[in-house]
Amino acid sequence: MEDCLVLDDVGVRFGGLKAVDGVSLRVPAGQRRAIIGPNGAGKTTLFNAVTGVVRATSGRVLLEGRDVTRLPVHARAHRGMGRTFQITNLFPRLTVIENMHLALRGLSPRRFALLGEDRLDAAERARVEAALGLSRLAGRLDREVRELSYGEQRQLEMAMALATEPRLLLLDEPAAGLSPVERAIVSDIIRALPRAMTVVLIEHDMDLVLSLVDWVTCLDNGRLLVEAAPDAIRGDARVQEVYLGKARHDA
Amino acid sequence: MPRAGPSLPRLGVALGVLLFAALPLVLPTYQVSVATRILVFSLLAVSIDVLAGYTGRTPLGHGAIFGVSTYVTIYWVTVAGGSPWAGMALGVLAATGLAAVFALLAVRTSGVYFLLLTLALGMVVWGVCLRWSTVTGGENGLRGSVRPAALASQVSFYYAVLALVLAATFLVWRLVRSPFGLTLRGIRDSESRMRALGYNVPLHLFIAFTLSGMAAGVAGAAYALFNEFVSPTTVSLAQSVQGLLMAIVGGVGTLFGGFIGAAAIIVLENTVSFYTERWQTVMGLMFVLLMIFAPEGVIGRGLALLRRRR
Ligand SMILES: Nc1ncnc2c1ncn2[C@@H]1O[C@H](COP(=O)(O)OP(=O)(O)OP(=O)(O)O)[C@@H](O)[C@H]1O
Ligand SMILES: [Mg+2]
Repeated sequence: MEDCLVLDDVGVRFGGLKAVDGVSLRVPAGQRRAIIGPNGAGKTTLFNAVTGVVRATSGRVLLEGRDVTRLPVHARAHRGMGRTFQITNLFPRLTVIENMHLALRGLSPRRFALLGEDRLDAAERARVEAALGLSRLAGRLDREVRELSYGEQRQLEMAMALATEPRLLLLDEPAAGLSPVERAIVSDIIRALPRAMTVVLIEHDMDLVLSLVDWVTCLDNGRLLVEAAPDAIRGDARVQEVYLGKARHDA
Repeated sequence: MPRAGPSLPRLGVALGVLLFAALPLVLPTYQVSVATRILVFSLLAVSIDVLAGYTGRTPLGHGAIFGVSTYVTIYWVTVAGGSPWAGMALGVLAATGLAAVFALLAVRTSGVYFLLLTLALGMVVWGVCLRWSTVTGGENGLRGSVRPAALASQVSFYYAVLALVLAATFLVWRLVRSPFGLTLRGIRDSESRMRALGYNVPLHLFIAFTLSGMAAGVAGAAYALFNEFVSPTTVSLAQSVQGLLMAIVGGVGTLFGGFIGAAAIIVLENTVSFYTERWQTVMGLMFVLLMIFAPEGVIGRGLALLRRRR
């Protein structure tokens, strides 16, 4: 199967700190992939290097076989990347529907329309409704986002990334800080994603991760520690040592 | 926007237009000219609000953009001997070009850096206007009769400016409510999310800045016909600050607040300076009081109250 995302010896340095250190991995098209690792392992920084928020200081990032290492963030979005943020990153003073409009328009030439109102056509409305329906936000269209609960904001975070219909979706701890009920909603959303969409998921909740993905990559100290199938990862001694072990200490 | 505007603001706009249309019928001639000045500066404040209120970037160089249009218009008529209409068109063109240059330099900054960079660019323009005296007349500026014969009377000129300012404001209003206008508010709220969604943020800011400068240029060209005199004061920092204060007093991000702000400041300036030479102190005090009791500006405050009532 063709690889959707390939990282070739990617490194990201912040001064003396190697936040990501020589990571190579391949994510085949359509795969559900989890990236796990303790706090500070470099997971978010790896996402940032993939999406272009930070430039990889070494190595290459290939999206569907094309080198995107030097492309700016927005150009990568146009090549089919979408993401959510670990720290909720929405437009707080705009309404839910306005947030969705911005999500829809990012890839459409209509974003430069200077005059006139914004109207969704039938296909776009269907996309918004599908994304919001999954996220249980359909009744909240005219609310300003800053008035939503934290859980609703996290769901909008997902809905916006879904509405862009990316071919590669990067989810950075989509369930962080949510109640068990809300977590179940998030895993339902991920499970309902179209199979053709490649999904890379950062998540700390092992039960959630292991029930959702095909393959797991564990990072530690910026390095790739282990890659394995979900059932194998739980029993892996090195993963237990750095991740589960550490989590137990933290608890 | 999908959200239909509340009808009260619409009523307010309609009343405002009616009020401005009726003013010359009730005011003495001298005050018609004050009202004309209010209209001109309203448009400057509206143009500033596009950046300050929608993109979240506060410009301090719009006085220079405005004033360059004034210079070009007056120069074209008094020195080059051209028609005032062509002069205005050239003035707007020059302002738009200058705004594009400012924009190229400023769109990658935000916050206080944006403010200081636009301030510095405005100072450069002021310095050029002061020193390049063979063209600009230096400190003495340029003076001459610029107004077309058809608009010789105060009242007919007032209505011409009213039509121009309303048309320009209408276009700016359409702009901020367009899909492109929504991207500006998105950039104000989160640049990183905008980029992740596929928006080329600097490009959007460049377009917004240039169009905002164009609107300021229209105001500057109207000012040329109104004032028939231009000097470095017109492109000075004080001019940029005054335009910004008008936008803030009316309410940043409300667009029409520019009209309230311009009216409040110009009326105050005219009445207070009649009684005391320290009118700037009085203005300062009023501004401080406003920032304490209604930091979101007059219209901003009104809209907030309205929202609470619903
Ligand atoms: N912009 C930055 N400048 C400097 N250091 C950074 C920057 N971003 C991240 N780091 C550092 O890089 C390391 C990796 O951080 P990163 O956020 O990628 O970890 P993470 O695996 O996502 O952790 P968490 O599970 O807590 O989200 C940390 O030591 C962090 O302090
Ligand atoms: Mg992280």
